[in-house]
Amino acid sequence: MKTDHIIGSPIDRQLLSGREYVGADRIDGPLVFMRNTHPIGYGELVQCIDTKNEVRTGQVLDTADDVVVVQLFEGTAGLTLPGTRMRFMGEPLTLDVSEQMLGRVMNGLGNPRDGAIAPKGDGERDVNGLPVNPTSREYPRDFIQTGISVIDGLTTLIQGQKLPIFSGNGLPHNQLAAQIARQAKVRGGIQDFAIVFAAMGVKYDVARFFIDSFEQSGVLDNVALFLSLADDPSIERIITPRSALTLAEHLAFEKGKHVLVIMTDMTNYCESLREISTLRGEIPSRKGYPGYLYSNLAELYERSGKISGRDGSITQLPILTMPNDDIGHPIPDLTGYITEGQIVFDREMHGRGIYPPINGLPSLSRLMKDGIGEGMTRDDHPHLANQLFASYSHVKDVRNLASVIGEEELTTLDQQYLEFGDFFEKRFVNQSYMEERTIEETLDLGWKALSLLPSEELQRVTEEELERHYRS
Amino acid sequence: MQDRIVGQVQRVNGPVITVKGITDAMMMELVSVGEQRLVGELVKLSGTRAIVQVYEDATGIAPGDNVYGTGMPLSVELGPGIIGTIYDGIQRPLEELRLAGGDFINRGIQRPSLNRNKKWSFHPLVAVGDTVFNGVTIGTVVETERVLHNIIIPPTTLPKGQSAQIAEIVTDGDYTVDDTICKIKTGENIIELSMMHRWPIRIPRPVKDRKPLRLPLITGQRVIDMLFPLAKGGTVAIPGGFGTGKTMTQHAIARWCDADIIVYIGCGERGNEMTDVLREFPKLIDPRTGRSLMERTVLIANTSNMPVSAREASIYTGITLAEYYRDQGFHVAIMADSTSRWAEALRELSGRMEEMPAEEGFPAYLPTRIAEFYERAGYMETLNGKKGSVSVIGAVSPPGGDFSEPVTQHTRRFVRCFWGLDRSLASARHYPAISWLESYSEYVDDVSAWWDEHSEGSWKENRTKIMDLLQREVRLQQIVKLVGPDALPDSQNFILEVCTLFKTAFLQQNAFDEIDRYSTVEKQVRMLQLILSYWDFGSEAIKKGVTMVKIRRLKVVQDIARMRFNIDNDNIAEFDRIALRLERSLTQLGGIYED
Repeated sequence: MKTDHIIGSPIDRQLLSGREYVGADRIDGPLVFMRNTHPIGYGELVQCIDTKNEVRTGQVLDTADDVVVVQLFEGTAGLTLPGTRMRFMGEPLTLDVSEQMLGRVMNGLGNPRDGAIAPKGDGERDVNGLPVNPTSREYPRDFIQTGISVIDGLTTLIQGQKLPIFSGNGLPHNQLAAQIARQAKVRGGIQDFAIVFAAMGVKYDVARFFIDSFEQSGVLDNVALFLSLADDPSIERIITPRSALTLAEHLAFEKGKHVLVIMTDMTNYCESLREISTLRGEIPSRKGYPGYLYSNLAELYERSGKISGRDGSITQLPILTMPNDDIGHPIPDLTGYITEGQIVFDREMHGRGIYPPINGLPSLSRLMKDGIGEGMTRDDHPHLANQLFASYSHVKDVRNLASVIGEEELTTLDQQYLEFGDFFEKRFVNQSYMEERTIEETLDLGWKALSLLPSEELQRVTEEELERHYRS
Repeated sequence: MQDRIVGQVQRVNGPVITVKGITDAMMMELVSVGEQRLVGELVKLSGTRAIVQVYEDATGIAPGDNVYGTGMPLSVELGPGIIGTIYDGIQRPLEELRLAGGDFINRGIQRPSLNRNKKWSFHPLVAVGDTVFNGVTIGTVVETERVLHNIIIPPTTLPKGQSAQIAEIVTDGDYTVDDTICKIKTGENIIELSMMHRWPIRIPRPVKDRKPLRLPLITGQRVIDMLFPLAKGGTVAIPGGFGTGKTMTQHAIARWCDADIIVYIGCGERGNEMTDVLREFPKLIDPRTGRSLMERTVLIANTSNMPVSAREASIYTGITLAEYYRDQGFHVAIMADSTSRWAEALRELSGRMEEMPAEEGFPAYLPTRIAEFYERAGYMETLNGKKGSVSVIGAVSPPGGDFSEPVTQHTRRFVRCFWGLDRSLASARHYPAISWLESYSEYVDDVSAWWDEHSEGSWKENRTKIMDLLQREVRLQQIVKLVGPDALPDSQNFILEVCTLFKTAFLQQNAFDEIDRYSTVEKQVRMLQLILSYWDFGSEAIKKGVTMVKIRRLKVVQDIARMRFNIDNDNIAEFDRIALRLERSLTQLGGIYED
């Protein structure tokens, strides 16, 4: 059946917006198919009223003149075909942002979860955001001291960076994120900061852990939490990071705050996307994930950084668990192509009791080069980091050799490398959850590690730096 | 924009819009959709229906919205004012969009690609009565201090093979890009010409002839120039997983290569990377001309969060701009970072059009599109007999760093040079992480004549020698992995030693070091020569019984290891001194054992 519309101009549509239609044609997972509506705009906001008069929020995914596909973020459980009422609002999905959201707990759509009434909003913002004009961006270069040696020293976090944690199930990524949130500071002064926390499909305990940790460090009033937990409809996870980032943009670029956005777990987000994609019968690419996974993730990750002429910044710390610890899996892989580096966890290091179990070699911070060195951290930092990477990568070779021929058979030099490797992992990388090291302590510790090697091996540092810091 | 309605929207599915009631639309026509006038391109026609891909976010477009035609294909504006500008994928000037629409890119904004108000100082090169053809230069404009822009008669102005007479030409003076500066007469027809013209991005610009590639594109990056050279007019792919340094390599080449014009396409990559280029390039000075690098650079930024269909177009926009400058007799290098994102855009659009997929969801026409793109590179004789070239340097981002995936595989078929980036090198912070085992260049023979001329005949021979050593090292490393280095005799251990030195002192290059970031042809030749001398004299000494530990401890070896940082490009004489010391100390050492 096909209907031909005579009405179609935007003015007519405005008149028709808010009109309600009763009776759905088909319901499939979180998707509802409607027929015989007025022309509906792509991406339009939809309110769905069920038989119990409860309102659910949805968005138009596909619109044609005979059928409209709506995805409902709160799921479709309990809906009946004849009893479903759909109201097409004629405007995109928005979030009424407000500074008052700090200190509150909300669901993925930004509605309060804590029982209190919703804060008064400062204005509606499209949750999808708009791309920042590349000419308006300001290149991030302010060093954030996290107090964690392996991050500060080797994969330095910069204000405005998007630096994900690639972890695995059972690894302490939550602790690390909480520790960073607690200890992060910019040198030279206190800044107006806020934390936006988006939980997608994580367990209640995890959310609880973060709330407690924020409470302990006394920052809870500066944290906005968007929780879409494991038992909430999986489709809600698609909108959760968008709501969170919309608030973050408001706080950063309109209120001038320095916002840290923690998003966990991106793997759950991607799985929800795959679910929708499969339901819609789209052609899958790798491992069943939709072909637009890259663009879709980029829409989230690119909502970070700094804008010239505006005070605030958005620093993103997404957490993702690599399925089967496989860094080549589409989710970590595509993430790594978009983000400005990655912090990679290593299960073997975790097994040896090293915290944080960060493997320095695959970890990387792309913005580090412009944020460290003289005037920012310390003049010897770039060369030192380079040398630690180079030497540590040789340790792996030596260990492999040692496992074949035995440690006793190694040359003196190689044994020195083993010693260096142990010191590096146990003293430099390893620290406690409550321990906070200044950048100077971190760098000095790095030199202490290098001093276990003969100076001829250190080709990446200058002779002058050797003279100042090298103590064999 | 004209109000010619070509049809109405029937269905909206992301950036793909089905249009019904089509009357007189043409294939690949540029259209605008809805009252927001979103820019789109008509990609499929079938009966009274058509498929349009829109270059902006389609939110709010509804069935029944009008689709307006423009009567022309998606084109770029060509004329003075391109250099130094940053455009999006469909050549909208981002600076101007920012002034008009603020820090975020709003939908439906339009600004002309070339500034219509700016006056350029035009200098005519033809006189009334002169006979001219398509492609002839009629005058020049100083676009930047280093780019003398040739105003040419657009390649399709006259029917093929026909000539015309200049009927009128303006005198020296300041004109805007759309002022009429020249009238040409062919038979009864008078054609008015301005300094700008349009060209459809999907159609290669015509040339007179393709020429063989003989000149190398000097990049100042040692591993590239000495081991895997690229010719001017050649094509190369740089595949590598994330974090292996594709973008860094592309940036380094964009900075230091000896092309006249650089077109840098940020195709579906990070916003901050483009900001980095915008921030760095104006400050950097080109070692050859002493001018700012921005004066030869055009940027096309379609970052990953900008609409996916414009990403698909950005590659064509870039190469059309490159061809335009080639037609003026320039050597142009185009960096496409990354072609995988472009291929993914193709896949996404193809999926939404419900086409039958081939490998990994990519459309079956992927290889054809890749081939078409790379074939637009070349060393050409232009319509007016000048020589110009377009070299294409395409980054490829294989999922999981796996080179067997479709985009890498198909790209390999159509490029003649391959710089494979290696993750283990990148992890050890060995940059550029170009693997010497996996990479190749088919241009070695093409450019060896030029190189031999510039290296006193040593280039090809030395290159073969060091490549041979690297191959032998691989085999030895396998043995070392099993039994340890002590089991090898010094003569073989010395191979390992020389290769390690070659890697740290030559192949690695620090992009941020004032001296090391760029090496002249001469410096590169001398550095390789020095390392090979070390090999020759060292092997000689070992034959006489000198132990490797002794050789290693020589002060001069440390100097070689640090030469990339310590010896300036202008200070070539320093190499003579090191070479002399090397020879002396090693023969001396050998002499002790001979007695």
